[in-house]
Amino acid sequence: MSSDVKIRCKNLWKLFGPNPARFLQDHDGNPSAEALEEGGYIGAVQDVSFDVHDGEILVIMGLSGSGKSTLIRCISRLNDPTSGEMDFDGKDLLNATAAELIEIRRHKMGMVFQNFGLLPNRDVLSNVTFPLEMQGMGREAREAKAREMVELVGLTGREANFPGELSGGQQQRVGIARSLAVDPDVWFLDEPFSALDPLIRAEMQDEFMRLQKVLKKTIVFITHDFEEAVKLADRIGIMKGGRMVQMGTPEDIVLNPATDYVAEFARNAPHERIITLRAIMSSDRVVTDVPPLNARDLIGDVARQVLSSETPIAVAHRGKIVGSVGRVQMLDGLYGPEAQ
Amino acid sequence: MSQPFQMPRFLAAPRLLSPRLSLAQVPLIWQFAVIIALGLALSALWGGALRWPEAWVIPMRGWITRFFEWLGEDAGIGSYKVRDLTRFLADLLDQPLTWAEYLLYRGIRPLDLPPLPWVSIVLGAAILGHWVGGWRLALFSASCLLYLAVFGLWRDGMRTLTIVIVAVPFAVSIGLWLGIWAVRSRRVAAVVSPMFDLMQATPHMAYLVPVVILFGFGQVPALIATVIFAMPPMARCVILALQTVPPEITEAGTMSGCTPRQLLWKVQIPAGKRILMLGVNQVVMQTLAMVVIASLVGATGLGQQLLTSLQQLKLGAAVEQGLGIVMIAIVLDRVTQAWANRPTDYAARGRSWRFRHRHALAFGAALIVSFALAALFKEASVLPKRLTVTFGTQMDEAVRWFAKVSYDYIQPVRDFITVEMLIPLRDFCLAVPWVVVVGLVGAAGLRLGGRGTALLCMGLVLGIVLFGFWEPAVLTVYLVFSAVVICVCIGLPIGIWASRSPRVARPVMAICDTLQTFPSFIYLIPVIMLLKVGDLSNIVAILAYATVPSIRYTYLGLRRIPDVTIEAAIANGATPRQRLFKVELPVALPEIMLGLNQTIMMALSMVAITALIGSRDLGQEIYRALPTADTGRGILAGLSIAAIGIVADRLIQGWANKRKKHLGVG
Repeated sequence: MSSDVKIRCKNLWKLFGPNPARFLQDHDGNPSAEALEEGGYIGAVQDVSFDVHDGEILVIMGLSGSGKSTLIRCISRLNDPTSGEMDFDGKDLLNATAAELIEIRRHKMGMVFQNFGLLPNRDVLSNVTFPLEMQGMGREAREAKAREMVELVGLTGREANFPGELSGGQQQRVGIARSLAVDPDVWFLDEPFSALDPLIRAEMQDEFMRLQKVLKKTIVFITHDFEEAVKLADRIGIMKGGRMVQMGTPEDIVLNPATDYVAEFARNAPHERIITLRAIMSSDRVVTDVPPLNARDLIGDVARQVLSSETPIAVAHRGKIVGSVGRVQMLDGLYGPEAQ
Repeated sequence: MSQPFQMPRFLAAPRLLSPRLSLAQVPLIWQFAVIIALGLALSALWGGALRWPEAWVIPMRGWITRFFEWLGEDAGIGSYKVRDLTRFLADLLDQPLTWAEYLLYRGIRPLDLPPLPWVSIVLGAAILGHWVGGWRLALFSASCLLYLAVFGLWRDGMRTLTIVIVAVPFAVSIGLWLGIWAVRSRRVAAVVSPMFDLMQATPHMAYLVPVVILFGFGQVPALIATVIFAMPPMARCVILALQTVPPEITEAGTMSGCTPRQLLWKVQIPAGKRILMLGVNQVVMQTLAMVVIASLVGATGLGQQLLTSLQQLKLGAAVEQGLGIVMIAIVLDRVTQAWANRPTDYAARGRSWRFRHRHALAFGAALIVSFALAALFKEASVLPKRLTVTFGTQMDEAVRWFAKVSYDYIQPVRDFITVEMLIPLRDFCLAVPWVVVVGLVGAAGLRLGGRGTALLCMGLVLGIVLFGFWEPAVLTVYLVFSAVVICVCIGLPIGIWASRSPRVARPVMAICDTLQTFPSFIYLIPVIMLLKVGDLSNIVAILAYATVPSIRYTYLGLRRIPDVTIEAAIANGATPRQRLFKVELPVALPEIMLGLNQTIMMALSMVAITALIGSRDLGQEIYRALPTADTGRGILAGLSIAAIGIVADRLIQGWANKRKKHLGVG
């Protein structure tokens, strides 16, 4: 993972209520939950700080009302945060003028919405050309670019259809094509697959991963579905009640949940697709006749092999044996230590 | 706000004497009884509580009249007078009006060209109908216009249409602009939205009085009154349309890098198009309704002809002219509605230019053909009188015969209802002291909507008293009340019946839709035919106009009950009768009450129209103010009707909202 920081958020607050800025100032920028309730304020985002690195998929996960949607709207400046700092490419995003914001949105940001947000009066092609049209790009150029995007999301042949004629999955493909039309650096996705049927959702997730392999965007992805988060994320941030409870790799979160709340999600997570051998191996460096396993393998991929082997199998990292894994460790990894 | 400290029960009893704390716990009936008793006692002691002394009436009427006279005559800065401004405005509006007249029926005078041949306008209507709604609408629009031509109503019909055509773009663009402004600025919204409430509750006719003072009589003043009257619904629809654009669509626009202007015109307005189009439809219908009434200030056209026919009791001609207005109304309504609901033309996609512009091409062809025809035959240009038909005299005779025959039956009924029911009710209403009414309205307002509502309602009633309109206002309430009671008695069963069977619902709703497009004026024709003049005729006219909403809302209220609720009632073993009375009606009641609210509003606007066939209510005050240019009288009487409407509206809405919250459907 590259460590270039694309977006940096620091002590971000977003309150809803009669006079949020004043209220926050009166409470030294850090009101307690009781103070919020007493003042009649809703703390949608409370003191959230994190970085988004270049080229990573950061998934913000939380249940409804956790503030995740407000957070992404703060970062994309659809909402104005009440206080805090926010840099985009090292430039102060919070104090950007309206004109600067429009420029940034026209060239550097793309966003996909839960209910697609397609313009009902435009066909597929002109929905996709829309952001380019706003930039003032000529008709030929923008239509060529849009056709490219439509092909990328697999909707060729549907250019002249209207959103009302498409299925949910197809509509979201249009939303994706539109958000990518300006070649944004940063791609925001706000629960993009939540409105879709489970089968279509799985298909769209795969499609999303395929796209990202090609495009390598910096992504902030919002979801309420922990499994989706685990499947897609490089890192996950878990939100509850407006606060960022924990942020880390999926493995990190499953293995070391910071709170009971996170542990609740982690318990039901598909461990075999999250945990790597490195996390469960013992440090006994055994020598076996079967070739050693890679420390970065997901345990689900090698479970059958380990469980059917009488003896532990060596685990190697960068060509060096670093430990071994046997049935006990594998079962611990798959079902959690207490399951025995 | 925190709840007042609750006393333990045994300590609370003496507190009953302190009204502030415990008023909400006293049943409304008791409050009413106390108010009535106090009011009667007061008016027994002091006659002024029964009838506000003439000498104490605030002379607002005179002030307003003089203000408008001053505005029309002397007001201005230096040598620039308001009069010059109004003249300039009138001249400005005269331009498009004149050109539309040239085109539709007068012929282009400066260029010595004939008007559009009537054939081309009929064909044009057909093509327009086909464009927005297919073959059926095409046929329908053409035959309605053909009716105007064949029955010799062409010229008057075109006069009416001219004002509509010119007024609609003005009303739509002003409404659009005001609506956008109100959405952008909370302060503007705070000013504009109660103003629209007031404007929409004020009857058409009241707009005519100040317009006459400032602009005189004729087509242009009619146009101005029409634009002012028809604009609020558009602005409302704009506000609604922009506020109901799904937030994600707006956000998608913002994230696509729209400037605020691009966001409005390229994202929000297209996304809210359907509601905007409904606004246009409403503007068109209001325009037509107003144009017909504007004949009172000298607008020519079908409305004026109808008015004359009614005044001369030429009922046959009145029926033909009325039907002409109805035809125009239905065509305009259907066409604008079809336009609003027009699905995207998927069929035209990928077709040739000629196919996509087939309607424009067809219209071009129709123009050429009809001009060629007009050059060859004069009949195709202007239909000569000898080719038109009228059944006016025959119908007159038929009506007279029918009236003679039926009068023997109708008269006793009419007299019985009038003498035994209406007159006692009227006398009772007139005997109620105004203090009692103010008190009752206040108590009801406090209970249903809180202190603000109570103060507003009391203030409005008090205003009517202080400005000297109490008696006509009472007579108005009496007429409206009688009519509304009957409206509900008719509307409720029909609504219930329709909700029970789709086979009934379809024709009933179709008839309701059609009836609602008629300008209120029309309803006077059958009433005069059958009942002659008198209180009962007024009530029947109001009834005919205002029953539709109580049918419609009853139907909708019953249809909107969740299936689960009804299934639960059936599963619990309710008979159809029990289901209706114990489940459906109670749940639908708030909706039905909103229908009642609409009925009252429509009844109030009809009251003003019934002044034309004689009455003593507020409508008559407005009507009399017109020829005497007594602006104060007209405006205040109009506002009094609006005040009655607002009081009824606030109380009923307050009740319905409370009830809805109770039922968990609010």
